[in-house]
Amino acid sequence: MCGIVGLFLKKDELRPRLGDLLTDMLITMTDRGPDSAGIAIYGDTVDGLTKVTIQSDTPEVDFDGLDAALSSVLEAPVSMKTISTHAVLTIPKGKEETAIAALEEKGLRIMGSGQSMEIFKEVGLPKDVAERFALRNMGGSHGIGHTRMATESAVTTLGAHPFSTADDQCLVHNGSLSNHNQMRRTLAKKGVMTRTENDTEVGAAYISSRIADGASLGEALEGTLEDLDGFFTFVTGTKDGFGVVRDPIACKPAVMAETEDYVAFASEYRAFADLPGIEAAKVWEPEPATVYFWER
Amino acid sequence: MANVLDMSELELRAINSTLQEAAKAKANDVFEVENPRGSHALACGLDGAVSVTIKGSTGYYCAGMNQDASVTVEGSAGPGVAENMMSGTVTIEGDASQYAGATGRGGLLNIKGNASSRCGISMKGIDIVVHGNIGHMSAFMGQKGNLVVLGDAGDALGDSLYEARLFVRGSVKSLGADCVEKEMRPEHLEFLADILVKAGADAKPEEFKRYGSARTLYNFNIDNADAY
Repeated sequence: MCGIVGLFLKKDELRPRLGDLLTDMLITMTDRGPDSAGIAIYGDTVDGLTKVTIQSDTPEVDFDGLDAALSSVLEAPVSMKTISTHAVLTIPKGKEETAIAALEEKGLRIMGSGQSMEIFKEVGLPKDVAERFALRNMGGSHGIGHTRMATESAVTTLGAHPFSTADDQCLVHNGSLSNHNQMRRTLAKKGVMTRTENDTEVGAAYISSRIADGASLGEALEGTLEDLDGFFTFVTGTKDGFGVVRDPIACKPAVMAETEDYVAFASEYRAFADLPGIEAAKVWEPEPATVYFWER
Repeated sequence: MANVLDMSELELRAINSTLQEAAKAKANDVFEVENPRGSHALACGLDGAVSVTIKGSTGYYCAGMNQDASVTVEGSAGPGVAENMMSGTVTIEGDASQYAGATGRGGLLNIKGNASSRCGISMKGIDIVVHGNIGHMSAFMGQKGNLVVLGDAGDALGDSLYEARLFVRGSVKSLGADCVEKEMRPEHLEFLADILVKAGADAKPEEFKRYGSARTLYNFNIDNADAY
């Protein structure tokens, strides 16, 4: 069991409240996943700049002077925002690959990268994770979150969701994949590498790989129904929106709500209880083996 | 005058205890539950005459094991609503999630919206009326009772069915193993006329088709012995 939440804002007025609304949704899903929690938040973009979110168990040592060190490697300006065990490094676009290689060399864990997306995830109760990263104060256009009850791989920061396998793309998952080892090898042959033993990361890498090959988000999600075996309710985030797909058996719960202001996703209706205007929202259960996505 | 129980002030357990005590008293007391916020297992285990209206949407296992009580959800219901219901009436004004009315033994589950997958799975005597559509694998291994659907049915309707009767007005995406269309006899039209009135459903008995078990899975077919 795991909990998934997602919120896509249609109007700018709610943007400052995105983190606050998502935090309530995430905490409500605690009993579906008390092991670890994470959130991917899509905020403002700046032309020519991109962001890399990293994690360290010893941030006070590892993050000290990291911006200056990375700046000299990249021969370009780097700014750094540290939040608890995570840091978001803003670098010139095009330098991501060099930066990620240099950061991994230093033993830092890469949470994700992109112009818009920042990922924060840790082991612990969702309320503690939310507090640690001050998720409530974060604004943005859309975000997805996950509370994890591990069934498949270790309870670690890297085992927590969301998983990001390409710029501004991430995936959260409720369920378990049964052909992930085979798919991991298939993807590796194409040069698509994963960082963990986790099944969900393979799902994320599959979607990223399809998009890199020219598929739309919708087509990539359709592909999961053919190529991935197992139980899944997936919510995937991109720079412009989010998508939802459930396997054909659809035993993992999912519910959606839509108003003029937002589209929301959750494992259970409970997570919607504090959303503004939920009483009048259109609420429905996404159909099995059917792709839904919203893009701005 | 209804007794109001507000979930923004009272714990779930306190509310369920109050409802269960009222059910035991069998005094037809009337309750309203406000601010349900998708809570789990609300109004479950009521085993006597009591009337409960829930003013909003509920989570998993609402009105489970219901006996004689009347429960109405003025919103949508999460997975497993009215599971193993014995008798009484459960009404869902909105949609019901998966396995609504699972293993139900009696009473009426009246879903005004759609029901998703596995509606009436392993039903054992319950009557289920769905005013909208139902999802895949509905009435799987249904043994007894009636599933009446005003809309469409998803894949594998009535797979491995025993003696539950299925009536669908719209299209059926596919029938499950051993489920076949059957003739509509006078007693079926009579049954439908009665239950459609009880459920307040705007449909005519003649508009439905009946599906049931071909009974070919009841006994082992010796010609298949080589497969084992």
